[in-house]
Amino acid sequence: MKYVIMFTTTPELEAAASPEQVEQAYRRTYDWFGTHREVMTESGAQLQPVTTATTVSHGGDEPVVADGPFSEAREVIGGFQVIDVPDLDAAIAIVKTWPLLELPGVAVEIRPIVVY
Amino acid sequence: MNETDGAAAESGRGHAAASDRLLARVIREESARIVAALTGWLGSLDLAEEAVAEAIEEAVRQWRTRGVPPNPGGWLTQAARHNAIDRLRREKRYREKLALLADPADAAPLTGEPDERLPLLFGCCHPAISPDAQLALTLRAICGLTTAQIARATLAPESTVAQRIVRAKRKIGATGIPLRIPEGSERAARLDIVLTVVSVMYSEAHLVAGGDAAADRDLADDAVWLARVVAHELPREAEAQGLLALLLFHRAREGARAVDGELILLADQDRARWDRRLIAEAQAVLEKAAKLRRPGRWQLHAAIAACHSDTRDGGDTDWLQVLTLYDMLLAYDRSPVVRLNRAVALAEVDGPQAALDEVDALGRALTGYHLWHAVRARMLRHLGRRDEAMAEDLRALELTANDAERRLLAARVDR
Repeated sequence: MKYVIMFTTTPELEAAASPEQVEQAYRRTYDWFGTHREVMTESGAQLQPVTTATTVSHGGDEPVVADGPFSEAREVIGGFQVIDVPDLDAAIAIVKTWPLLELPGVAVEIRPIVVY
Repeated sequence: MNETDGAAAESGRGHAAASDRLLARVIREESARIVAALTGWLGSLDLAEEAVAEAIEEAVRQWRTRGVPPNPGGWLTQAARHNAIDRLRREKRYREKLALLADPADAAPLTGEPDERLPLLFGCCHPAISPDAQLALTLRAICGLTTAQIARATLAPESTVAQRIVRAKRKIGATGIPLRIPEGSERAARLDIVLTVVSVMYSEAHLVAGGDAAADRDLADDAVWLARVVAHELPREAEAQGLLALLLFHRAREGARAVDGELILLADQDRARWDRRLIAEAQAVLEKAAKLRRPGRWQLHAAIAACHSDTRDGGDTDWLQVLTLYDMLLAYDRSPVVRLNRAVALAEVDGPQAALDEVDALGRALTGYHLWHAVRARMLRHLGRRDEAMAEDLRALELTANDAERRLLAARVDR
C-alpha cells in the first residue's frame, strides 16, 4: 500500500532542544532516507519554511489570496514523502525511526493514498 | 446485558435470564472465529463483521424463545454467509467479488482455526484505533455482543456505538491495519493495549452509571473469558497470565463485593463469600506467570490482589508487602490512579499524614475523580479533621455516577 507521510514540527516546542541536538538530528535524516531507500517512491519533497507560505481560500466573489499557511495550528508541515509498504504496521515501524522524532513538538502523520 | 430488553421481558424474566447467559456463552465462543474465517473468505473485515453481527442479532432473537440449536456455530456461519451474499448482491462495488465467491467449492462450511481469534483481536486493539472504538469493536467482533448490548453496558447511545464500530472497521480496511499477532519488539506494547481493553471491559461492568452493583455481571464475565482466551493462546506471555490472574482474583471477590445491591469495601467483605476455587486458580496462574521471569504491571496488580486474597479478615492484611508491590508497580505505571491506590497502603504503613501528603500531591491530576475525594476524606477522618472529611465525602458523593457507590458514600456521610 502507498502512504503519504507528512513531517510536521512545532517551532516553539522545537526551540526547547539545543542547537547541537537539532543539527545532529537533521543530519541523520539523510541516512534515514538512504536506509529506507527501497520503500521510498519518486514522490516527496522538503518544503521551504512556513514563512514562504501563501494561501488561496474560498471567498465571496472570488478566491482570496493571503500570506501565511492555511491552518492556524502551531504545527507546521515541513515536507512529505510517499512510501510503498505492505501495511500500516510497516509504515509505523519506519516512521518510528524518523530521527527528528527525538525533538519535542515533532510529529509525523501517516495517510493512505486513495486507489482508484 | 441486563435482561431488560423487550424480548426477554415477554418470555418471562427468570427463564430469559438463564437463557441470556447461555446465549452469551455460546455466541462468544463462535463470534470471533466466524468473523475471522469470513474476513479471509470475503477479503473485507467490514463486510464480514457486519454479516456476523446481523446473524448474531437474529440468533439472539430466535434462540431466546426457541432455544439454542444443536450446532450453533454452523447456524451462525450459514446465517452470516447468507447475510454477506445478500449484501454483495445489493452493493454494486461487490458484484465482481460475488462472481468469484459463487464457486460451489466455497460452499464447504467455514471453520476457523482457534488461533484466528488473536490476530483479529490485535487488529481490533490497534493503536491507530481510538480506545473507545477498540473496546466497542472488540465487544462486537470478538465477544459477539450486539450494538444494543454494548450501548447498555457502556452507557453510550446506540447510534454512537454503531458509528464507532463502522468507523473503526473502515479505518482498518482503508489504512491497511493488518490482522496479525505482532512479533518481536512490537509485541509487548501491542499486547499491553489488548490487555488494557480487556481490563477496561471488566471495570466497565462496575462503573456503569445508574447501574446497580449486581446487575451487570455479564460484561465482567466476558472480560474473564477473553482474558482466558488470550492467556491460553499466548502461554509464554507473562503479562497475559498476569491479567488473567488479576481478573480471577477480582472475580473471586464479587460475591462479597455486592450484597443485596449494596457495595461492600474490601476491608469489610465477608471472606466466606469469596470463591476459593477462583482464588486458587488465580494463584496458580500467577505462579505460572512468575516462572516466565518477565515481570510487568499486570502481574504486579495481580500480586497486590493476591495479598488481599490471603487475608482472613480486613485486619490481617500485610500492608508492608502491599506497599512494596506498589513501589515496584510505580516503575511500570506512574499513573495518578496507581499512586492514589498506593497512598491507601502508605496510610497503613506510615500513617494518615504521610498518605494525605501524597494524596494532596495528586490533587492537580485527580481533582474531580470521586475516589480521590473519597480517599482524601478517609485520611482526614483518621487525622481527626472531621469537617473537612465530611466535605470531601460530600464532594465524592456528588461526583459518583454509580448508584451502589453513591449509597456506600452516603452511608459514610451519615455516620
